[in-house]
Amino acid sequence: MPEITFVDFAGNETKVDVPNGTSLMQAAMENMVEGIEAECGGSGSCATCHCYLTTDWQGKIAAPDSSESDMLEMVSEPTDLSRLSCQVLVSDEHHGLQVHLPESQY
Amino acid sequence: MQRCVIIGGGHAGAQACTSLRKEGWTGQIVLLTDEDSLPYHRPPLSKTYLQNQVTAEKLLIRPQSAYQKDNIEIRLKTRVKRIEPAQQGIELHNGEHLSYDKLLICTGSRARTADCMGAQLNNIFYIKTLKDIEKLSLAIDVNNNKKRIVMVGGGYIGLETAAVLKKMGHDVTIIERESRLLARVTAKRISAFYHNLHKSNGIKIFTQTNVVAFQGKDAVSTVLCEDKVIPADIVVVGIGAQTNTELAQEAGLLVEHGGIVINELCQTTDMNIYAAGDCTIGIEHHSGLATRIESVPNALEQAKTAAATICGKYKPVTAVPWFWSDQFDCKIQIAGLNQGYDETVLRQKDDKALSLWYLKQGKVIAADCINCAKEFMAAKKIIANKLDVPKALLSDTDIDLFKAFAQLS
Repeated sequence: MPEITFVDFAGNETKVDVPNGTSLMQAAMENMVEGIEAECGGSGSCATCHCYLTTDWQGKIAAPDSSESDMLEMVSEPTDLSRLSCQVLVSDEHHGLQVHLPESQY
Repeated sequence: MQRCVIIGGGHAGAQACTSLRKEGWTGQIVLLTDEDSLPYHRPPLSKTYLQNQVTAEKLLIRPQSAYQKDNIEIRLKTRVKRIEPAQQGIELHNGEHLSYDKLLICTGSRARTADCMGAQLNNIFYIKTLKDIEKLSLAIDVNNNKKRIVMVGGGYIGLETAAVLKKMGHDVTIIERESRLLARVTAKRISAFYHNLHKSNGIKIFTQTNVVAFQGKDAVSTVLCEDKVIPADIVVVGIGAQTNTELAQEAGLLVEHGGIVINELCQTTDMNIYAAGDCTIGIEHHSGLATRIESVPNALEQAKTAAATICGKYKPVTAVPWFWSDQFDCKIQIAGLNQGYDETVLRQKDDKALSLWYLKQGKVIAADCINCAKEFMAAKKIIANKLDVPKALLSDTDIDLFKAFAQLS
């Protein structure tokens, strides 16, 4: 199983083995990682599972669709590395991915 | 050791478990649910789950191990008979008594049932629980052929379910009592949009049509309306929800307009009893309206607040209420409550992307945003901050609403 590292705003790291096909959001929720709200449960409707990937992963993960991009523009503190974690499904090639969480989802 | 008992294993109950630990509750947490599953996500039931795209296990809000880790006891298939506030105890249906220091009622709602003749026939289904969908799925899968399905009720649940059933290849007819779809919850422009969406996808729609009876031998075979008879292999009824407030009422808590009355901290009229989710009624922070809000986000917000209050903290519910619905290729996101609007402004980007803004005395109170995620995100902020946004700005798609909005705020 690919290993994903979540890093909360305070810098605490949680390493998690994530089954293929699980979203980053689900993985975070199931492992009680702080900093994700996920009000809509993963339907890409609420933008409360905002996270940041790292620059070295840019281009290696499928880009956000237009709906996700629109929502990302409106989250607090968006950057080029912003994603909605419910829209990123984990697979083997994501082994070693680092996911940083924002200070707040609102 | 102190004990907090939660009645109800829906979204609010599940969230409360997590939030109680987060807020520092060190005592016991016992969650009672009459279902035979751990708390699960309900919105996907009528969508991905009905289409067999996800397993029941994938629907779980948290896996069993997460509750164990948090030392939370979940009792499945457990019904509460009565609450005894004077003794700070509850009696279960099996006769067992359980005491509590704090009690959180998250009993939610049940599907309103049809009461016309023939409502007890086989192959008439509701959309509320995992079990409901499993039963519907079984009936749909019989003989693996195309079914004639009549959807009674043209609200969001009915429309979502109809869209999925149509996508699965069935022949779908929607019957709506009112003169238009979504009549209770949205303005005519949005009703018209959804009418066209469903019609163009091949769904038959009859508005202003009342069901007189379901007819058939053992299973339903026709739906009798005042002016027509519609053949049906399967009927799905989505005519709204009825709150589960009986326990609260019998315990002497204040219940009004179908909701357990709570304040902004989710306290009921008993000092040791709290309530959260669909079963409650309270004053909504932004509109000042006494209202029941039937939505997952509201259940989560109230559960967080209730957990904080139970732990002696002050975290009133202040989030702008919001809702969403996915039908065919359209996602509607709704911010705010439109009750009492006196004006609407349409912002139309193209045929499939538009937002309708509800104003009351010139102020935005709500927005229905179809395939317009940015507008939705902006609407939440505009409503939360009570911003004055000129109408011309709302309707002009040449203006980047958000840059303008940034200057306003």
